[in-house]
Amino acid sequence: MCLAIPGKIVEIFCDNQDSALVDVVGVRRKIDLGLLQDDKPVPGDWVLIHVGFAMSKISEQDAADQMSTLRMLGEIDGAIEEIRGYGLEDAN
Amino acid sequence: MRFVDEFREPKLISKTAEEIRRLAGTKLRYRMMEVCGGHTHAIYRFGLKDILPENIELIHGPGCPVCVLPMGRIDDGLSIAQQPDVIFAAFGDMMRVPGTQGSPLEHKARGMDVRIVYSPSDALKLARLNPDKHVMFFAIGFETTAPSTALTVMRAKAEGIRNFSVFCNHVTIIPAIRAILDSPDMRLDAFIGPGHVSTVIGCRPYEWIAQNERKPIVVSGFEPLDMLQSIVMLLHQLRAGEAKVENQYKRVVPWEGNHAALRAMAEVFELRPYFEWRGMGFI
Repeated sequence: MCLAIPGKIVEIFCDNQDSALVDVVGVRRKIDLGLLQDDKPVPGDWVLIHVGFAMSKISEQDAADQMSTLRMLGEIDGAIEEIRGYGLEDAN
Repeated sequence: MRFVDEFREPKLISKTAEEIRRLAGTKLRYRMMEVCGGHTHAIYRFGLKDILPENIELIHGPGCPVCVLPMGRIDDGLSIAQQPDVIFAAFGDMMRVPGTQGSPLEHKARGMDVRIVYSPSDALKLARLNPDKHVMFFAIGFETTAPSTALTVMRAKAEGIRNFSVFCNHVTIIPAIRAILDSPDMRLDAFIGPGHVSTVIGCRPYEWIAQNERKPIVVSGFEPLDMLQSIVMLLHQLRAGEAKVENQYKRVVPWEGNHAALRAMAEVFELRPYFEWRGMGFI
């Protein structure tokens, strides 16, 4: 819940511009872009994700740094588990 | 100085640590509070206390939303969920937190419909998938998660979904800092400001800490080098007798915060006059 997870926007859905597919170290899940409506990301941009919502746009370097911070903090598994959990795959 | 070699830019870290020792001297004692639980975790994990001189004391702040939640709130949430046809949805972090009658996980074992969700939007999805049930999302967190809950509530309203409720336990960081500063037995010299909360609220809400309370505050990133640089910035201010809000985490935190997130919170939430924090009483 408290993790800020860096992800790369792969695709923004035509039918719902507030929804995007992100890639987090190879795991792809749908996240919500509604909180970035003032500064919308485009495919290829990097974002920091909290509980399934993109909260800020960051650079590719910062995304790599955040990933290494998560690794150093021992939180990588938790982050991947959270990303995999988006969309209720584990809850049903 | 264990771990230093494993960090990114170990040379720069050693140099920054030296600068801290030079600035801190030996005569004065500096008490700095890291407000955010993420920073506390990083300090332990990276062994930063071993890097810092003895006269810099880091004091852990109130910034873990699960830790500050009073047991009564879990009891209340679980008792609502005991009504027929209610699904109790919460983040995984909540599942083992004890209430007086046991944790959400223990209630699940006794037959309650308890689901782990990783996002409030998935709790809403549960409501869509289970139109004959009522989904209660146990919302928790500081300003990093509160805007997502707010936007989810707005989406539920827009879609006309009526079988979805939020049991709100969101807290904001500023009243907690104010309570700490008002506490007579807490002597602090400076604050390491939260990183990700500040991406939402920006740096302005901290200005009273500098202007009225005369305490320096530096919003900081989470890497060892970020935190050490923040301590250097605080020491510069303290030595010069200054009290300013500074942003060490500029690469992620915009000074003005995230307006869309602030708008969503303002539209959906109302501030309570007080709320109980475990370990701190009523704030």
